[in-house]
Amino acid sequence: MTGAHHHDHDHDHEGQDVPSATALRVKALESLLVEKGLVDPAALDAIVDAYETKIGPRNGARVVARAWTDPAYKARLLQDATPAIAEIGFMGSERPHMIVVENTPTTHNLVVCTLCSCYPWLVLGLPPVWYKSTAYRSRAVIDPRGVLADFGLTLGDDVAVRVWDSTAETRYLVLPERPAGTEGMDEEALAGIVTRDSMVGVAKVVVP
Amino acid sequence: MNGVHDLGGMHGFGPVRPETDEPVFHAPWEGRVIAMRRLMGAWLGYNIDAGRHAIERLPPVDYLRFSYYEKWFQSLINQLVAAELVTPDEVATGHKAPGAVVATPPITLANVQASTIAPTGSYQRDTGANPRFAPGDIVRARNIHPEGHTRLPRYVRGHVGTIERDHGAHVLPDSHAHGAGEAPETLYTVRFTARELWGTTRNEGDAIYLDLWESYLDPA
Repeated sequence: MTGAHHHDHDHDHEGQDVPSATALRVKALESLLVEKGLVDPAALDAIVDAYETKIGPRNGARVVARAWTDPAYKARLLQDATPAIAEIGFMGSERPHMIVVENTPTTHNLVVCTLCSCYPWLVLGLPPVWYKSTAYRSRAVIDPRGVLADFGLTLGDDVAVRVWDSTAETRYLVLPERPAGTEGMDEEALAGIVTRDSMVGVAKVVVP
Repeated sequence: MNGVHDLGGMHGFGPVRPETDEPVFHAPWEGRVIAMRRLMGAWLGYNIDAGRHAIERLPPVDYLRFSYYEKWFQSLINQLVAAELVTPDEVATGHKAPGAVVATPPITLANVQASTIAPTGSYQRDTGANPRFAPGDIVRARNIHPEGHTRLPRYVRGHVGTIERDHGAHVLPDSHAHGAGEAPETLYTVRFTARELWGTTRNEGDAIYLDLWESYLDPA
């Protein structure tokens, strides 16, 4: 499953696109649910559109950039993340139970869900394939340093690695370290350099 | 249940392979599956624990072979059939059985909410119960093997950790997944050292944190 690609179309030898068996089965289920009046196809379209255009890691990046530039905000965020994240304005009235954990020169945090694929959708969007893979879910807790090495990140023995296994309805966001050389950047510019991977804890933020 | 989904600490799945410029969906059907699952939550009762347990109960070989969205797709069908919202024959043909009732969608374009898009509801409950443990207490994860749904992974059972944080009472998945009520219990973040879980060759400062319900823990 790791790195598996699932294409909507298989290419046959004549170069024609043929929908995959799974795509056909999904289409059949959608037709059935619409025919039975169980779902509104326009509502399906709206939800797909929201995943593709409205939720994503830029929401989390705004939280991180605010924490980097406003010490009082950072203190509120680390103390009780849910209302602090709500201050930024993209959460609705219902809020997931958020916890923010801070990376420092001596502590590195990494988030996983070994039992399924829990992930902070509202601040990071849908999880990438690697986060949901058996490789990541099995190894992050027993060999986090090896997993980080897969991402090109090697940590010294003087850095403590903390792994957060999302077993409950609590969702974890890593507050990465602000890199050197960003002193002149404002909040918006900082939000532009914060990556999804840094907020899951598999990368550091670097100045591009 | 001691299922194949309980992956923490297993070997043999190879390296993690990040994908450059990964799209939100790798094929349009993936988006349709996630959207159908969200909308059908209105019929199935938005029970996140029952949804997870439906995925865990896929045959182990399918669980490992299927992609994430394939697991969602098959478990959704299984849930819809179990709830008698569709029949296996209807799923096979893609059409409703002759004479089957036509319902009215509870969620339409006009009332799609943020909560329909992401699972956002709070699972915290104000029970007024006194927590059994306090931050700093030493606890042992129980050596239990429930055949139903649980969020106590095998890799911590029997191991000793420290209470890090009290999150208040939260809905207990072990009960809620089976339609047996919310049965809220105090939820704690528990810190286990890497050496406690994986042996003395691990770095001294490394630790693994899990959120565990009170009935998963004993004083140690």
